[in-house]
Amino acid sequence: MGILEAKNISLSINGNKILDNLDIDFWEGYVHAIVGPNGVGKTTLGNVIMGLEGYRDFEGDILLNGKSIKKLNVYERAKSGITMAWQEPARFEGLTVEKFIKAGAKDKSIEKVKDALKKVGMAPEVYMGRAVDKSLSGGERKKVELASILAIDPKIVILDEPDSGIDVASLENIFNAIRFLKENGATVILITHSLEVLKQSEHAFLLCCGTVLRRGNVEEIRQYFEDKCIPCDHKNKPEQNGVKL
Amino acid sequence: MSIDQLIKEANIHSAVHDKNTARLVINKDKVVDTNTVEGLKVDTKEIKDGVDINISLEKNTVVENPVHLCFGVTHKKAIQKIVINIDIGENSKIDIFSHCVFPNAVDVKHIMDGKIQVGKNASYSYTEKHIHSEEGGITVIPKAKIILEENARLKTIFELIRGRVGSIDIDYETTCKDNSVMEMTAKIDGKGDDIIKIKEAGNLIGKWSRGVLTSKVAVRDNARAEIYNKLIASAEFARGHVDCKEVIQGNGKASAIPIVEVSNPRAHVTHEASIGSVDSKQLQTLMSRGLSEDKAVELIIDGLLS
Ligand SMILES: Nc1ncnc2c1ncn2[C@@H]1O[C@H](COP(=O)(O)OP(=O)(O)O)[C@@H](O)[C@H]1O
Ligand SMILES: [Mg+2]
Repeated sequence: MGILEAKNISLSINGNKILDNLDIDFWEGYVHAIVGPNGVGKTTLGNVIMGLEGYRDFEGDILLNGKSIKKLNVYERAKSGITMAWQEPARFEGLTVEKFIKAGAKDKSIEKVKDALKKVGMAPEVYMGRAVDKSLSGGERKKVELASILAIDPKIVILDEPDSGIDVASLENIFNAIRFLKENGATVILITHSLEVLKQSEHAFLLCCGTVLRRGNVEEIRQYFEDKCIPCDHKNKPEQNGVKL
Repeated sequence: MSIDQLIKEANIHSAVHDKNTARLVINKDKVVDTNTVEGLKVDTKEIKDGVDINISLEKNTVVENPVHLCFGVTHKKAIQKIVINIDIGENSKIDIFSHCVFPNAVDVKHIMDGKIQVGKNASYSYTEKHIHSEEGGITVIPKAKIILEENARLKTIFELIRGRVGSIDIDYETTCKDNSVMEMTAKIDGKGDDIIKIKEAGNLIGKWSRGVLTSKVAVRDNARAEIYNKLIASAEFARGHVDCKEVIQGNGKASAIPIVEVSNPRAHVTHEASIGSVDSKQLQTLMSRGLSEDKAVELIIDGLLS
């Protein structure tokens, strides 16, 4: 039994089935990857686990340490130790990086904020006073998002496409942050379509058409993903194309 | 005891114990403490339900430490009328902090009627900080007419630091002569059934005069806000900007009417008004970091109004 399990999850949005009888579970303290091409439902699954508004009305159940968290809202799930860095993080006019990072941190000291920024390769003196608004580049905003996660010391963390918008030079900072989370005992869920990010994990799931097509060791999933999914050889209709689910 | 509460709420301990800092502490209609510094004259007269105040600063005088005015009402029910005349001499400089403290208010009305003259080359800043009770039973009606002589500078900030607005009806008007500069800002966060009305007006009648009117207001629950900010430029090279920003949440209702009037082809005035709501993605993000919905809304609004 994993620390977090999603059982028979189905979710339709506007009549479209986005998640289809999906089963997945995550082991405590491991770095997991959920891979798959665009549009297979990775972000949706992350949102369902996090309990975001609009993703609460699904079939199936989500268990944290064996107990259902289905009825908990996003705040209550965060309180129970789950958090998420968004694929496209929100921007906040006028809110400083410092305040944003402090917001979720238990330890609200300035050192904690500085430390979190340094861990993602950002100079605290340059960024702390900046606003988390349009004036940050996409990559900077992603790094601030990750820093805010580091400051929380989460138990379970979903990182949705942590490398998107990040330049090659900063990629290593992101990977270091992932290692740091693991060393700190966190269970990490990487959502990605990048082979580079996939390599940072210890166990992987391949998503296809809203369900888990395969799970296994990273190398095996990587090879399958590279062979069959880049490009996707059945245009997201596996049954019709004879792919065995 | 009541004075202690005012001083504590306004957080002006050090000012009260420093003989080099001018101050005036009023509780309802009584002057309870006063101190002045060289060049600064403060006369008070107790009137029905209030105090009539005359403050004048001699010319060529720089008041080093900010002056603290504390208009308090420690009563639950009261009316307080403040009639205030401020005259800043040529080439002088003063910063005033005005603490309006009504910590126990259930039914308190605070009326302020101000006339302010800022002399040639003088600089005057006035920061009004309000601390209210959580009851919302407060009516605040501040009115001020301000004249800036040539080259004078004015900066006013109106801020609710703590507690519920109740009902606020601000009416400030500044006339700017040649080369003078004014900046008026109001920042208010309304909840419950608060009612906020802001009318800031600037008359840029002097050549090269400049003015900025800024209002930032949040309304949640059933709060209402109306902002009418008006800037008139009639002189050559006068420059101005009006900025109204409102955030609504819940059943809050807000309107913003920036008015700009330009009657000189070489004057230039701009305006912007926005009414936004707290975005769901922002809210969900902060909640996913462990903030309750209320705390998340507060932080978002705090940023928007900063
Ligand atoms: N709120 C939504 N409304 C409508 N369609 C949605 C919504 N969320 C996700 N989808 C659709 O669900 C599918 C899966 O999306 P997503 O989970 O973002 O995929 P991935 O993260 O794997 O790229 C896409 O076709 C997407 O358009
Ligand atoms: Mg996605």
